Amino acid sequence: MPTFFDEMYADGAVRDHYRAYESWLSAQAPQAIAAKRAEADLIFRRVGITFAVYGNEAGTERVIPFDIVPRIITAQEWTGMQAGLAQRVQALNMFIHDIYHEQNIMKASIVPPEQIFRNAQYRPEMQGITVASDIYAHIAGIDLVRAGEGEFYVLEDNLRVPSGVSYMLEDRKMMMRLFPELFARYPVAPVEHYPDMLLDNLRSVAPLGVSDPTVVIMTPGMYNSAYFEHAFLAQQMGVELVEGQDLFVNDNAVYMRTTRGPKRVDVIYRRIDDDYLDPLAFRADSTLGVPGLLSVYRAGRVTLANAIGTGVADDKSIYPFVPEMIRFYLSEEPILHNVPTWQCRRKEDLAHVLAHLPELVVKEVHGAGGYGMLVGPASSKAEIENFRRRIVAHPDCYIAQPTLALSACPTFVEAGIAPRHIDLRPFVLSGKTISMVPGGLTRVALKAGSLVVNSSQGGGTKDTWILEN
Amino acid sequence: MLSRTADHLFWMARYTERAENTARMLDLNVQTAMLPQTPAAARRGWCSTLGICELQHAYNAKYPEVTARDVLDFMVRDTTHASSIASCLRAARENARAVRGTLTNEVWETLNITWLEMQNKLDRVFDGDPGQFFEWVKHRSHLSRGVIFGTMLQDEALYFTRLGTFLERADNTARILDVKFHDAGRNTSEGPFRDEHQHDYYYWAAILRSVSAFEIYRKVYRDAITAERVVDLLMLRPDMPRSLLACLSEVVRNLRAATADTGRDTLRFAGKLHAELKFAHIDDILQQGLHAYLTGFLECVYELGNRVSRDFLVPAAA
Repeated sequence: MPTFFDEMYADGAVRDHYRAYESWLSAQAPQAIAAKRAEADLIFRRVGITFAVYGNEAGTERVIPFDIVPRIITAQEWTGMQAGLAQRVQALNMFIHDIYHEQNIMKASIVPPEQIFRNAQYRPEMQGITVASDIYAHIAGIDLVRAGEGEFYVLEDNLRVPSGVSYMLEDRKMMMRLFPELFARYPVAPVEHYPDMLLDNLRSVAPLGVSDPTVVIMTPGMYNSAYFEHAFLAQQMGVELVEGQDLFVNDNAVYMRTTRGPKRVDVIYRRIDDDYLDPLAFRADSTLGVPGLLSVYRAGRVTLANAIGTGVADDKSIYPFVPEMIRFYLSEEPILHNVPTWQCRRKEDLAHVLAHLPELVVKEVHGAGGYGMLVGPASSKAEIENFRRRIVAHPDCYIAQPTLALSACPTFVEAGIAPRHIDLRPFVLSGKTISMVPGGLTRVALKAGSLVVNSSQGGGTKDTWILEN
Repeated sequence: MLSRTADHLFWMARYTERAENTARMLDLNVQTAMLPQTPAAARRGWCSTLGICELQHAYNAKYPEVTARDVLDFMVRDTTHASSIASCLRAARENARAVRGTLTNEVWETLNITWLEMQNKLDRVFDGDPGQFFEWVKHRSHLSRGVIFGTMLQDEALYFTRLGTFLERADNTARILDVKFHDAGRNTSEGPFRDEHQHDYYYWAAILRSVSAFEIYRKVYRDAITAERVVDLLMLRPDMPRSLLACLSEVVRNLRAATADTGRDTLRFAGKLHAELKFAHIDDILQQGLHAYLTGFLECVYELGNRVSRDFLVPAAA
């Protein structure tokens, strides 16, 4: 493993912005801290802040481990990140609009057409369709990692149905409940107004001519892994949480079934994949969707957030082109770095990847959630050889990146406090304007040395503090 | 509000109430089992408990004979059928989870904690006095009802929740009365008590206690405990919270609040059922035959539940 950046310490000394925290922590009795951690676990369980597990133990609910050591970021660093995030998301929205309209970026030979048209996430149904404010990714989750001082890389863009914002909010609530005294010592920027911002954002992209739009959240149901978040956001925004069966299409409009009869719906924040939205247009076997929804959508009489077909822009095969998009659409230099990426579909890249597998991270182009990836330095010979065969068989399906030295943050583990690798997912809202709350969700890989932070792979979360000046 | 949301709220309340009534009924049987009685009567007590919940077939398929321990186990912990206390509390929590965004945090947490605590308690139900477990179930039910009433906005969400509670309670009270009145006649004819009145006293006193009505009976009638008055109390007293009449009053009140353009026929149906109880006299009912009367009543409650579903909860596709 390469050496990594420690968020709290530099050459054995505590970094300035962690100093007050460190002195507070070292004054705490271990039993008191242990009691607080137990309390946090109990509260998460009681409140039912859980995610459903797929696979082996289907149907069971688990609490995502919460770590009480906050991840602290200075105002100055955040200001840079914020500008970089807004820039990136703006370019991505312009890219999606371009792809489904003039396709200038292909005409300019910046993105090869086959990368778009052979992408399973490209939706021909969206070609030429006008969406409100030309916004496609209304809610974007951009995964960032830090490699050094002020040096942030975008690991991936999530433009379909990014989740985790409820943990960001619950983690803050938990920290304030457990350690109110810390918030007297630190000027932590608040995040609790996220649901308000989200609701404003969703209302701002209602179909033309709707003055008082009805917004709903659409969930696949209570057995979805992120169901807690769907219910949480619906409650916090005061909107209905609907399933496909609650909606129907009539006379070119979408309605929900209520105890007082049908009610018109204008904006659907859908937490369900494109494929399942409308059995008449996409997967016919979907029981989660609404028959006829696409035709109402294409007529501009309902807004879907995010739009259909955003996956064409957050695919790992499109990721390497994002810096060029920023230059192309905005005529600006990208503020946030991209991780250097080898695309196995290219002969020369493939040769490099196959020759350096033990050093690289290889990802499936369409994978998500930490499934189907190879972390070279952490894998056995057999695992690497097994993966090599998969890459050779389908080079188009893989990209590779150097194993980044993700920064680490002190974290409670069984043996005490030890550094664990972290990332950060800020949530960027796009509507009439681009907005975000300071920070985002910090995910932490709880296994020593592990770089995989996904909750489905045993990752935990931390409260993220952006300090105000 | 969303029809599906109303449906989940309705069933959340019904399952909570059903768990409580099952606990009350099982507790009653544990209590009466301590009275001197013939083995046949004891066995009949447990059989009729199964009968009240329409579980004889499911039970017989699993156990060769009816014993107290097996019936308790079947009705408390067995999650292979939907009527055990464990199944009911789980279903209540699942329904709450499906609409947790509609509930206040306190309501959701109360139901979630009930479910979490239950998992620890189920292993130890029979270690000591199972009555303690039944007490716990009752308390959790009281608590969730109180938290619902004390924290929820008084809108449709509350109306459909309360509707579920009282429709279920009306059903459960009617079933207990029906079976226990029937058993009482048979037990006295063969019982070990020399004195018929003495037996009646203990039998009906236990039933009154099971519905928290022993002291109420004393206060209302100031007289000896007789089957007729117990039936009167649990059916026709408007001020007795578990009586059929009181339940129907609440059903009509909440239904009226929830009814707009839809559901007028259902409200009329409920109103007729309510009026019938309100102006009934216990002598007439007993003369007509309690069993026949209660059978008719249960059919009406069942029909009412179906109508509520059809009008509000699971409306046909538009």
